[in-house]
Amino acid sequence: MKIVSLDPRVTRSNIDENTQEGVLHEKEHFQTYEVFEQKKRGTHHIHAGSVHAPSADLALVFAKEQYSRRGQCVNLWVVKTADIAATDYDDADIFETTSSKLYREPDAYKVMDRINAFKERQKSN
Amino acid sequence: MYGNGYIENDGKPVNSLTVNEDPIKLAAFEARIAAGDKIEPQDWMPAEYKKQLIRMMEQHAHSEIIGALPEGTWITRAPGFRRKLALMAKVQDEIGHGQLLYSAAETLGKSREQMTNDLINGKSKYSNVFNYPAKTWADSAVIAWLIDAGAIVNQLANSKGSYGPYCRALERICAEESFHLKYGHDNVVFLATGTPVQRAMVQDALNRWWEPIMHFFGPSDKESIHTETLMRWKVKMGSNDDMRNMFLDMYVPKIWDLGLTLPDPNLHKNEETGRWEYTEPNWEVFKQVINGNGPCNKERLAVRRKAEENGRWVRKALMKPEEKYVNPLA
Repeated sequence: MKIVSLDPRVTRSNIDENTQEGVLHEKEHFQTYEVFEQKKRGTHHIHAGSVHAPSADLALVFAKEQYSRRGQCVNLWVVKTADIAATDYDDADIFETTSSKLYREPDAYKVMDRINAFKERQKSN
Repeated sequence: MYGNGYIENDGKPVNSLTVNEDPIKLAAFEARIAAGDKIEPQDWMPAEYKKQLIRMMEQHAHSEIIGALPEGTWITRAPGFRRKLALMAKVQDEIGHGQLLYSAAETLGKSREQMTNDLINGKSKYSNVFNYPAKTWADSAVIAWLIDAGAIVNQLANSKGSYGPYCRALERICAEESFHLKYGHDNVVFLATGTPVQRAMVQDALNRWWEPIMHFFGPSDKESIHTETLMRWKVKMGSNDDMRNMFLDMYVPKIWDLGLTLPDPNLHKNEETGRWEYTEPNWEVFKQVINGNGPCNKERLAVRRKAEENGRWVRKALMKPEEKYVNPLA
């Protein structure tokens, strides 16, 4: 039986109710690209998500439709997911010492006490 | 647009969910979630967590895609150019949400092709509400307002869940859907404050959609399977009845405010308990619709099949067989 729908476009498509068409083979929807968006000139590109696409050009087209539908966007990057190298969450302890390396922070350098003490000494001389 | 997940446990006793898991890894996993930390795709996770999340994100994605069909019915006949533009934008948003959610599900290793096949072969489920016809323009207004409202209640809760990629997708989705809600409300208000014919049309749509909307949040807690573990893992963020109650609390007053009625004489808020009381919807109807026997299930899946088939020659032309697929990263 052909489908008769409230949607005239569906009725016109003349679809058999028991159609068995449409079954997909693996990779028919292509590989994925990761999308990075820049909301404003001068800011960083930030990861927004991924799209399936057969080429970088089309990935950019899909990324534009998918990730810049609201608000501002001035630039997009796409990169094949397969080309991204990442650290392992299980190795997150490699970042643990960061917070203890205070000599890399401006707050670790307090010179005023020394300067004041020096000035006191100068005065008394 | 999505109601609460239809959790299935394949008849297994609840305590068996974690029975084969490494207790040390499980404890670390649960501690991470209890601390409010997110789980990322590369992390260790219990098999049942992974399975239920894939199922949930997949159902959600299918609901977005199939949900575009009843609303899309009215694009060609939307009253006026502005509404036509808005409805096209809304439908395009829904398709985009489907894409975001499929990507989130793919991070756990189920391919998009497999998900689509499970949908068109009737193996995967999607929200019951999209198996009903949108008979008049007022139906599309009621869908855009109340179904989206129900979906937002659920999606806001789920965006506080434990799985990183799902939360990120939902944040983007919720932001976009606030326009759907306003647009739907605007359409309902326009009809409800219009001519007697317009009022009758929106009242009729509301009468027909009320039961599906009550069904939307899933079976009553009394009937649904035990979900304590999934709540602890922050896969399920609220019970079906809690979500339904939250929706009723926010939207019934707004409906009554327009002088519209709802087809349930028992619907009222119990001021003592703060909960809404109502006639329990017919859950047998819900089961029938969710399992493929609603008024439009066949049409929805046949249309979806046809869409894949129509796109096949384009995909074939663009296919590069040497490309290799990896799961999306985040």
